[in-house]
Amino acid sequence: MNIQKCMQCLLVTVCALWGLGVSAAQAALQVLACEPEWAALVGELAGDRAQVVSATNARQDPHRIEARPSLIAAARRADLVVCTGADLETGWLPLLQRESGNARILPGQPGYFEAAAAVRLIERPAVLDRVLGDVHAAGNPHVHTDPRNVALIAKALAQRLGEIDPAGATIYADRHRTFAARWAEASARWQRQAQPLRGLPVVVYHRNWSYLAEWLGLRVVADLEPKPGIEPSARDLERLIEQLRAQPARMVLRAPYQSPRASDWIAQRSGMPVVMLPYTVGGTATARDLFELFDDTLRRLLAAAQ
Amino acid sequence: MQRTLPAAVVAALLCIAPSTRASETDARLEIERLRTEFEQRLRQLQEDYEKRLRALEARSERVGDTGLSARTADATGAPAVPTASTPSGTGFNPEISLILQGSYQQRKDLAERGLSGFLGAGHEHGSERGFRLDHSELVMQANVDTNFRAYLNAALVDGQAEVEEAWFQTLGLGQGMSVKGGRFYSRLGYLNTQHPHAWDFADAPLMYRAQFGERFSHDGLQLSWVAPTETYLELGAEAGRGDRFPGSSGGGNRNGAGAWTLFAKLGGDIGESHSWRAGIAQLSARPLARPGHWEDDAGVETEVAWSGLSRTWVADFIWKWAPDGNPVERNFKLQGEYFRRREGGDLSCIDNTAAGGACAGVSDRYDSTQSGWYAQAVYQFMPRWRTGMRYDRLDSGSQALGPGFAGVLSTTDFRPSRWSLMADYSPSEYARLRVQFARDRSQLGLTENQITLQYQMSLGSHGAHRF
Repeated sequence: MNIQKCMQCLLVTVCALWGLGVSAAQAALQVLACEPEWAALVGELAGDRAQVVSATNARQDPHRIEARPSLIAAARRADLVVCTGADLETGWLPLLQRESGNARILPGQPGYFEAAAAVRLIERPAVLDRVLGDVHAAGNPHVHTDPRNVALIAKALAQRLGEIDPAGATIYADRHRTFAARWAEASARWQRQAQPLRGLPVVVYHRNWSYLAEWLGLRVVADLEPKPGIEPSARDLERLIEQLRAQPARMVLRAPYQSPRASDWIAQRSGMPVVMLPYTVGGTATARDLFELFDDTLRRLLAAAQ
Repeated sequence: MQRTLPAAVVAALLCIAPSTRASETDARLEIERLRTEFEQRLRQLQEDYEKRLRALEARSERVGDTGLSARTADATGAPAVPTASTPSGTGFNPEISLILQGSYQQRKDLAERGLSGFLGAGHEHGSERGFRLDHSELVMQANVDTNFRAYLNAALVDGQAEVEEAWFQTLGLGQGMSVKGGRFYSRLGYLNTQHPHAWDFADAPLMYRAQFGERFSHDGLQLSWVAPTETYLELGAEAGRGDRFPGSSGGGNRNGAGAWTLFAKLGGDIGESHSWRAGIAQLSARPLARPGHWEDDAGVETEVAWSGLSRTWVADFIWKWAPDGNPVERNFKLQGEYFRRREGGDLSCIDNTAAGGACAGVSDRYDSTQSGWYAQAVYQFMPRWRTGMRYDRLDSGSQALGPGFAGVLSTTDFRPSRWSLMADYSPSEYARLRVQFARDRSQLGLTENQITLQYQMSLGSHGAHRF
């Protein structure tokens, strides 16, 4: 008797949820972005034509996310999944792709877009051994911190959007043209503003600033992590202080999702400021879109470099 | 370099163009001269570049072993030509991983271990105390082709390899549908799909021991469907051979299925910091001559065999918290499961009169309704360190023996329970060291303090874990 009631309850719930799901699926294109920067980019290129959900926020480490039920549900409804690739999401994305039963977003399908495939990756390890920490075989995946990469990815993404939703292809192409022009203009401005940063010695928490450093000509003299993905211990930090004495840096860079403890400790001991950069869209209150992301990043770097 | 080469070629061609107007031999000579000149220049250019590269490399080594500065030195130029990166896990070789685990267990020296009041899913012989090597898991998985993915998990123990799981799964059905076939862990409950290396405690909850020995797996087929809804909803059905407890090898020997599972799972997020999943499942099995152990009224061990219909309901709930959804620093996990099993059928007693027992091949009804639950909480209070607590409880419930067993067998009314405390340390996500203390009251008249030290090492390309 109880069991029957349970089943009835379940049936009603299923029907109600089905109704909800159908009403939610109104926009032309359902997009699941693995990181906020790609959600913002889809927003720039598709506008109202796509409904975008970001799997992570700026305070979450994209390496360390679980394949939560809500993400499986989002992957199930997605026409397109936009991710960084290069093994950044290896701990959760494969599960979303398989468990959701959505054939459109499997690797190799048009519905799976890998941003890293559109750019040149740096720091490709010569040796793959976990003794070296959490190394990414394909190279450093944090590609979006260089606006030149964003421009390349935007081009590839606009094309992909057009392939998946041919009816909107001209819209995506037009929006991309506008975006590319604005982006080129902003990039030139950033390049000018960043002149004083050239050659600036910095300490990073994790290698997630390598592309930014390459773009701006920052000189990364040390990582807080003893090995990629391994949190520094007190002993590692002591050693780092020694190293910084011989080779001083001007500031410590950290992302919002990284613990402030280690960087604050180093800052206190060495007298350098800690600069929290937004890292991605939503990382700071002012970094509300991709343009503001770089505006704010430069503003913070220049303020600390003075 | 890639930019300068075409330029040089164009320049060389431009030089060649006017010379062709002269006589043929002249032209040939001129071409020859130009070619050597071009090759010389090319060699010079190459040497020049190599020299500069070496200088840069040397400079980067001086700057530090980060290896970043060589690249930053020439950062003014545009990014190089894009190259396609190889997507992960698409090599033709399967992804291979190995999980090594072992422990030290401090226990009482008991001849036999079981759960009092439960016609158990087998029994453990109490020989496994002290240092011991647990199962070494060998996992291989890969996409078979565009339609299927396959997975093998083999547990290596001395002298044998047990196939824990070996299945294929469809990739391209779409519409949220997926079919799995082979040997697979049933999706009922929460812990049932997890391999021991993913457990938060060194051993399975008592509930799982009472229900399945350790877990329930099917040799059969699974069909599942994820609903296209905002809230996660998954429905599924499984049919299998049914040769594992609560089924039996005798029950598996038939055309058609010996065991069935139906399951439904519901889950979602509450804000950014909380996520949850709840599930309900039903397992039915038709065991035939399922073997068990029973102490008869004369106090002598007898072997029994049970045939009938066994139906189990399992409800599970898991809730996870992490500040802003970032579990790296701190996170909390609360999970609980409940089962209720109703069995109706016939028990027959294998004659043990020769050993001084009272059970002389009697057969009669044995019906039972039994239940159990556990709840556990695990808290990561700082990176690498976690601590957890678990409470187990079983209820032997109502058991009815037919009149034929009067004076031969009687039922034990007992409620096994256990408290467990654990702490573990994970220097990286691939290694874990654990200490566990448990106060075990799962056998009538026995309270045992158990200490377990355990290690788990994961090698190779370790696949992602489920929520």
